[in-house]
Amino acid sequence: MRDFSYLRAGSLDAARQAAALPGAMLLAGGTTLIDLAKCGVAEPDSLVDITHLKGLDKIAVSASGATIGALAKMGHVADHADIKRHFPAVSEALWQAASAQIRNMATIGGNLMQRTRCPYFRDPANFPACNKREPGSGCSAIGGVTRGHAVLGTSEACIAMYPGDLATALVAFDAIVHLGERRVSVDDFFLLPGATPDREHAIDPGEMITAIEIPNSAAARRSTYLKIRDRQSYEFAAASAAVGIEFEADGRTIRDLRVALGGVATKPWRARAVEQALKGKVLEPDAVRAASLLAVEGAVDNGANHYKIELAPRVVARAILKMGETA
Amino acid sequence: MTVHNMRHGDASDGGADAVGGRLSRVDGPAKITGSAKYAVEQQLEGLAYAVLVESTIASGKVRSIDTAEAEAAPGVLKVLTPDTIISLRTASDWFGTPPPDKPYCPLARDITFSGQHVAAVVAETFEQAVAAAALVKVSYDETPSIVDLSDAKAGDGIPIDAMTKKWGDAQAAFASAPVRICAAYNTPREYQAPMEPHGLIAQWEGDKLTVWEPSQWLDGMARTYAEWFGVPFENVRLVSPYIGGGFGSKALALSHGAVAASAAKMLGRPVRLVMTRPQTFTGYGGRAATRQTVTIGADRQGKIQSIVHRGINETSMDGMWVEPLGSVTSIMYATPNFSSKQNVVRVNSVVPGAMRAPGENPSAFGIESAIDELAYEVGIDPLEIRLRNYAEQDPHARKAWSTRQLREAFAAGSERFGWERRTPQPRSMRDGNQLIGWGVAAGTYPVRRAYGEAIVRILADGSVEVESSSIDMGQGTYTILAQTAAETVGVPADNVVVKLGDSRFPRAGVAGGSRLAGVMTGAVYKAATSALDQLVGLAISDPRSPFHALQANTLVVANGRISSPRGDGPDLSIAELLGSVGRDHIEATGDTMPANSTAQDRYKNYTTIAMALPHTEGDYSRHSWCAHFIEVRVDEDFGTVRVSRVVSALDSGRLYNPKLAESQWKGGIIMGIGQALLEEGIVDRRHGRIVNNNLADYLVPTNADIPDIEVISVGIPDLHSSVLGGKGVGELAIVGVAPAIANAVFHATGKRVRDLPITLEKLI
Ligand SMILES: Cc1cc2nc3c(=O)[nH]c(=O)nc-3n(C[C@H](O)[C@H](O)[C@H](O)COP(=O)(O)OP(=O)(O)OC[C@H]3O[C@@H](n4cnc5c(N)ncnc54)[C@H](O)[C@@H]3O)c2cc1C
Ligand code: SF4
Repeated sequence: MRDFSYLRAGSLDAARQAAALPGAMLLAGGTTLIDLAKCGVAEPDSLVDITHLKGLDKIAVSASGATIGALAKMGHVADHADIKRHFPAVSEALWQAASAQIRNMATIGGNLMQRTRCPYFRDPANFPACNKREPGSGCSAIGGVTRGHAVLGTSEACIAMYPGDLATALVAFDAIVHLGERRVSVDDFFLLPGATPDREHAIDPGEMITAIEIPNSAAARRSTYLKIRDRQSYEFAAASAAVGIEFEADGRTIRDLRVALGGVATKPWRARAVEQALKGKVLEPDAVRAASLLAVEGAVDNGANHYKIELAPRVVARAILKMGETA
Repeated sequence: MTVHNMRHGDASDGGADAVGGRLSRVDGPAKITGSAKYAVEQQLEGLAYAVLVESTIASGKVRSIDTAEAEAAPGVLKVLTPDTIISLRTASDWFGTPPPDKPYCPLARDITFSGQHVAAVVAETFEQAVAAAALVKVSYDETPSIVDLSDAKAGDGIPIDAMTKKWGDAQAAFASAPVRICAAYNTPREYQAPMEPHGLIAQWEGDKLTVWEPSQWLDGMARTYAEWFGVPFENVRLVSPYIGGGFGSKALALSHGAVAASAAKMLGRPVRLVMTRPQTFTGYGGRAATRQTVTIGADRQGKIQSIVHRGINETSMDGMWVEPLGSVTSIMYATPNFSSKQNVVRVNSVVPGAMRAPGENPSAFGIESAIDELAYEVGIDPLEIRLRNYAEQDPHARKAWSTRQLREAFAAGSERFGWERRTPQPRSMRDGNQLIGWGVAAGTYPVRRAYGEAIVRILADGSVEVESSSIDMGQGTYTILAQTAAETVGVPADNVVVKLGDSRFPRAGVAGGSRLAGVMTGAVYKAATSALDQLVGLAISDPRSPFHALQANTLVVANGRISSPRGDGPDLSIAELLGSVGRDHIEATGDTMPANSTAQDRYKNYTTIAMALPHTEGDYSRHSWCAHFIEVRVDEDFGTVRVSRVVSALDSGRLYNPKLAESQWKGGIIMGIGQALLEEGIVDRRHGRIVNNNLADYLVPTNADIPDIEVISVGIPDLHSSVLGGKGVGELAIVGVAPAIANAVFHATGKRVRDLPITLEKLI
């Protein structure tokens, strides 16, 4: 039997030190980690349980923005009145994610760090080839079942989709990941697979997410998260869009626009080309639809995931138009 | 002696307790509070844990199995391989066909599908067994596999002559018909996905085997275990008081059961084996993938002149599963000319199995989609075309229907749904971005009949006890048998204790094919009637009875009390009467077997399906019927389909408990929504392996996918179908849901989707 040690960290420093040891992994809500351990993907030598650390579950919203502790639960953040008011897209991304049971267990830090749902990644016994798991072993997905795989940001080594909803909303609003003292923008925190799909985050051993900071903005206040999927609930996105908009005083001309895509890319995907195309323009359906096509510029499909290239711009367009309507 | 218990046998006189009353599930509190103990929750002294090792290739041979590392791992008691497991005998199939006299090995050397059991590890703890199972190294000689029906190597398959149905000259009539439609309809592999995964605990005491295992058929499974291990049938006891869903998948003893029972025998310890969720996708079969072509020739008024139907279903390399695809096609509509044939194609998969309404379900998807296509071709309302082609008798068996309230179902359902407000043109109804579509389809399921037996005891305290080896997997057997006994004896249902799920009790056939309720209410009714006869007999004739002096020839038993019909004598509780005559209980066995059945007949009846009565036996053709009216909303940009309204009218004959029947119907409709929109086993074509083998990736509907569902009962008692007049409930309602949704999607979008499930990329 695979023995591993379990340590309940008493302080942040103790947690970081313990987590720096080879084979150590942080354990938060466990909804990703325990699952992956059961599939034989995660094989930690030691688990460092951080759920008892004090003060890391705070949600503070001030004039400058929100700071959400890494141990805040998905469910709490989704329901938080100030988050709903200032960052509706964040709340909506969370309550449309996973299930109520999981949202009650799962933490914000763990949520960012969730792994891909690529079925090949999750089944080492049957599919030994997976560059993300075993660098250099190949990719079982390419040429296989690809309906849920990414069309943006892929590489020859890996086409795995980043499945999280929250990070998609965060990247739209320039959120910042706190790794203790170190600060990294969410966009930089998630890495493209390139030749090293095993490296997914700009985080070093012994570092830990302590909080997420989301700057206030008018666009964030008028924002939404639109998630499209075959099943109405409890499914990852076929395509999703986080959109925030700020109008000029005329109420029609777009001053600021934020667009990010989920469910289609290897990392939370900011669609700056769409933003640029529409900023300064009057919000108008045809223009929005045309600009939304830029969201999938450079997209490459692998057969069964082709529909995502059609779908994603439509999701973006709908979300932008919806935000325009509620002027 | 006649017994008048002055009841009409419906809820009009008995409230919820009587047959026909809306009594809530009597097993509900135990399940909700967690006190219900499921099979693998038994705590046994010395329990060991077995974990399966499965093939990672779809076709080939096991070259070698290296067990050294696993054997050396902590806690490991035994590693079972085809070479080390004890030899079993081949068991008969579920028809009771005598098996070939050859050994049976539940661990495979010849691999015919990915996920086949090749070895098992038994250890002191579950965790140790899991860890050691990962250390078993199996090497293979791989050969090319046939992935599925679309594989170029799959071929045309094997014709199944027994499925051929034919009358008139269908080809010629089709060729000369003024209106002709022809289309192909496909359904994918689907899985029962019960909440409770398959598993068991097996324990030997000498040559006696006890198996705690969720089971839809204790006596059938006990027979298989007995034959595998060469012990008398009586030596095997199956225990299954509660079942966390079966949907057809828990009716047979399966190879994992043989592995666990072998391990228990080899170790002399009880062994527990529970499948992982991924293993439940390959350890036994779900619904076979199917292909059908339906051609219909009709006149310009939409009257059908010919139906030509061809069907294919997949089966495994070494097993035979026939999913009867012409079953609905051949009876739903009147046609002077008909032809249906079916082939079965071998692919590298586990042998498919029964899943809610096997045969009827995919069959209805074909014919009920095709008739909708015909309606549009001739420009007739889809409901009207069904009425124009209404079959007044069984067109295939050429017998009268025992009862067929389908016209009534169409009328009640369409009225409630508001069908007349439908505008026929596709894409003619919308709400913003949502295209709205209304679809209709009919469904049917044959009344399968068999026999059962039960014991009814009237105990000293006046309570009543019922025992039967039949089962309750959530469909309500406990409850309706309590109602049957309560009403028949004349006591409140609260005073009835029903004991099920133990093969030591009087026997019962399979809980499959929606037959159990009809069979068991009949058996309990008979046993309870004879217990009541004894009770009244004692009261009248025993000299110690206070009724003795009355010289009555009949008494009334109601609400647990005995009195004379005219109310002129004593009025005693059952307990008081039994006390006065010095009896501690009365016991009666009842069954629905034909008189003079031999012990051999009984054994065959309860342990095989060979004795089941054909639904067209005698002068009548017996079926349940339904009509579904469904509204969908399709997002025109995203292609997502949401079911927003369901009205279904169903004819299951008399309902023993409307509350439970409605719940079964709704469950079937929900499962049908999953089938229509979500469910599909997705195969990696290079490896022949199902990759979405878990409940995050194999999608079944959530609450958010299910609108309010309205079900309307239009049945009338059908005494040709069962003792108390009920037909089938459990399987009926799923039949026709998928085509009603596909038809609604066509109405919404103008796109005809003939491949299930209707996922968004098919509409985008
Ligand atoms: C069936 C299912 C459906 C789901 N559906 C969705 C969905 O629709 N949308 C969605 O967004 N998500 C979905 N999820 C994912 C879910 O949101 C994540 O599992 C959850 O957020 C992870 O949080 P956790 O606290 O449980 O993390 P854990 O499982 O405890 O940890 C996950 C990973 O993060 C690391 N980690 C944890 N905390 C920190 C920290 N503070 N600093 C650094 N590393 C850390 C751990 O070491 C581990 O590697 C689903 C999950 C499941 C099982
Ligand atoms: S797509 Fe990435 S995660 Fe999936 S198998 Fe390929 S390398 Fe592994």
